[in-house]
Amino acid sequence: MTKKISFPHLGYYYIVLEYFFSKATKCEVIVPPNTTKRTIALGAKYSPDFVCVPFKYNLGNYIEALEKGANVLIQAGGGCRYGYYAELEEKILKDLGYDFEFYNLISDNHVSLIKGYKFCKKMNRKINPFKCFYYFINAFLMVIFLDKIERYIRLNMGFEVHKGEFEKLEQEYFDSFKNNGIIKNICLYKEYKKKFKNIEINKDINHLKVMLVGELYSLIDTNSSCHIERKLIKMGIEVHRDTDLTYLMITKRFKLRRMIKRGKKYIKYHLGADASGSVVKSLESSKNGFDGILHLKSFGCTPEISAMSILSKISQKYGIPILYFSFDAEDNEVCVDTRLEAFYDMIKRKGRK
Amino acid sequence: MKKKIKIGIPRAFLYYRNYILWKTFFEGLGCTLILSPLTNKNIIEDGKKLSVDEACLPSKIYLGHISQLVSKCDYILVPRICNYGRGNRVCMKFNGIYDVVRNLFPDISILDYNIDNLHFKFELTEFVRMGFKVNKNIGKIVYYYLLGKYKEKRQREIFSREQINTLKSNSLKVLIVAHPYVIYDNYLGNNIIKYFKENDIDILYADRLNRKEAVSYAEDFSKTLYFLYSKEIIGSVFCYKEAIDGIIFLSSFPCGPDSLVNELAIRLVDNVPMINIILDESSATSGLMTRLESFVDIIKARRKND
Repeated sequence: MTKKISFPHLGYYYIVLEYFFSKATKCEVIVPPNTTKRTIALGAKYSPDFVCVPFKYNLGNYIEALEKGANVLIQAGGGCRYGYYAELEEKILKDLGYDFEFYNLISDNHVSLIKGYKFCKKMNRKINPFKCFYYFINAFLMVIFLDKIERYIRLNMGFEVHKGEFEKLEQEYFDSFKNNGIIKNICLYKEYKKKFKNIEINKDINHLKVMLVGELYSLIDTNSSCHIERKLIKMGIEVHRDTDLTYLMITKRFKLRRMIKRGKKYIKYHLGADASGSVVKSLESSKNGFDGILHLKSFGCTPEISAMSILSKISQKYGIPILYFSFDAEDNEVCVDTRLEAFYDMIKRKGRK
Repeated sequence: MKKKIKIGIPRAFLYYRNYILWKTFFEGLGCTLILSPLTNKNIIEDGKKLSVDEACLPSKIYLGHISQLVSKCDYILVPRICNYGRGNRVCMKFNGIYDVVRNLFPDISILDYNIDNLHFKFELTEFVRMGFKVNKNIGKIVYYYLLGKYKEKRQREIFSREQINTLKSNSLKVLIVAHPYVIYDNYLGNNIIKYFKENDIDILYADRLNRKEAVSYAEDFSKTLYFLYSKEIIGSVFCYKEAIDGIIFLSSFPCGPDSLVNELAIRLVDNVPMINIILDESSATSGLMTRLESFVDIIKARRKND
């Protein structure tokens, strides 16, 4: 039986995961179809009632991938409940009658590199550890480059002179990221960075700035949050968001303790998952002249609920508007749009004063 | 005469787990404890006003209890639990509840201890740090901590012995799988306990099983489970599976760990009647009672058929 690997979606990172697993294990990789209404409907149908939304999306992705013919599934998410998804997902899918192998790359709530290597070894017995390491480093760099470009896009896309240029170039950039070596990736990154910088933008001095904070899945996977980020950008707002894989995998480790220290007026201990980050970033952005904060989370996210009660205090003290969104399986996009527009009008009027 | 320090203890969350330890510890150090009243409607209403609407019900109750204690005592005890070592984490609510309380009630002074074994914050050292605020005698602090631990252990032994006696009896037996702060709460679990007692059905409590035994059963059941409090209660399902007539999974809306752990347990256990009850703020109990009645009918009918 040939092995076909699949994994749940997480924003645009499927590019990196596809590259890494196809190179390291030499197996076929099936990227699950793009997340649609059907995905979430499938996921919600078989999930427990009040589990958080990422579970439902992941389950939907798995089912669609299995329908496409995948037979090896991977789960690798950590933090809060996310680390415990794997076992229940496996059980639910087995009960549905699918035939597959399930690999859980998490140990004690964190993604474990050793388990990842063992998984690759099981898929490809002839694996060369050095080559595997090389692919890993390359995948790592890809994540960093993708995030850096995305960060630039978020800050500047709202002010482009000719509409659609950024999106076109972004798609081109994503497409170029396939089967390259490290050196070519670095060259490509530099080349595209120049190209992005050359796009004509018209930035006002008094442009609106908005900070996006909240839970990682809603922030990174824009499908689950009704593409709020792009909607804000299209309104002509500079969108700041720190939460991406680079932050979660690397910088959070070094920053967390200092962050808690900076926010010691509001938090003394780490609140769990990204909640401390949400609090401290909102605190800093309200001091640094942002016009508003958007707090996104999936329904029932425990750490972010703790953060929300603290955020409202910050909002009161600094007079910064915070808009809370909570996403569940059945979301009405029109409702989200209306709230966003009202928020936009409000911060615009406030900014003019 | 020196005035005794008054310490307020909210009757929610860890009260049901650690009360004996806290009582021995603080009374030994010369403080008086003030307990908040039993959970009632007012407390829940207060808690609801204070918290985010999506927050879990026990946390709303907790905040309600704290609002009852404000201005009645010098300190309020709000522990913060992060983990008990590798693979023994707790629900994220316990990580953040201290800071939530601190922000919602800026005027109160809080006594806190922080259990975070992965960062070398152990229970003993943290109790010493906390005890230092109310009493300067380190020897006394350590002694009363150890005494409290010992008393807690004794109490647990008594409970587990009672449980074994119940197992031996011939009447109908039902296992209630719920966090102690749900089942022992006056507002949440009391109705259910009362109902079973009226019907002469013996109740086994999931959290009264010996903790080590429960954890080892839970680790067999699920290798990746890392919520310690969930381990302690879910282990009982697999320990008592053969001896009981029915299992009740009782959780509060939207409990994070329970949503996954209970679902997995329900899928794994077969041959025992099970019911999954989710409690929420609505006080109407008629729907709940109907479900319980039909459940009791089922287990009675099964007993007859055997």
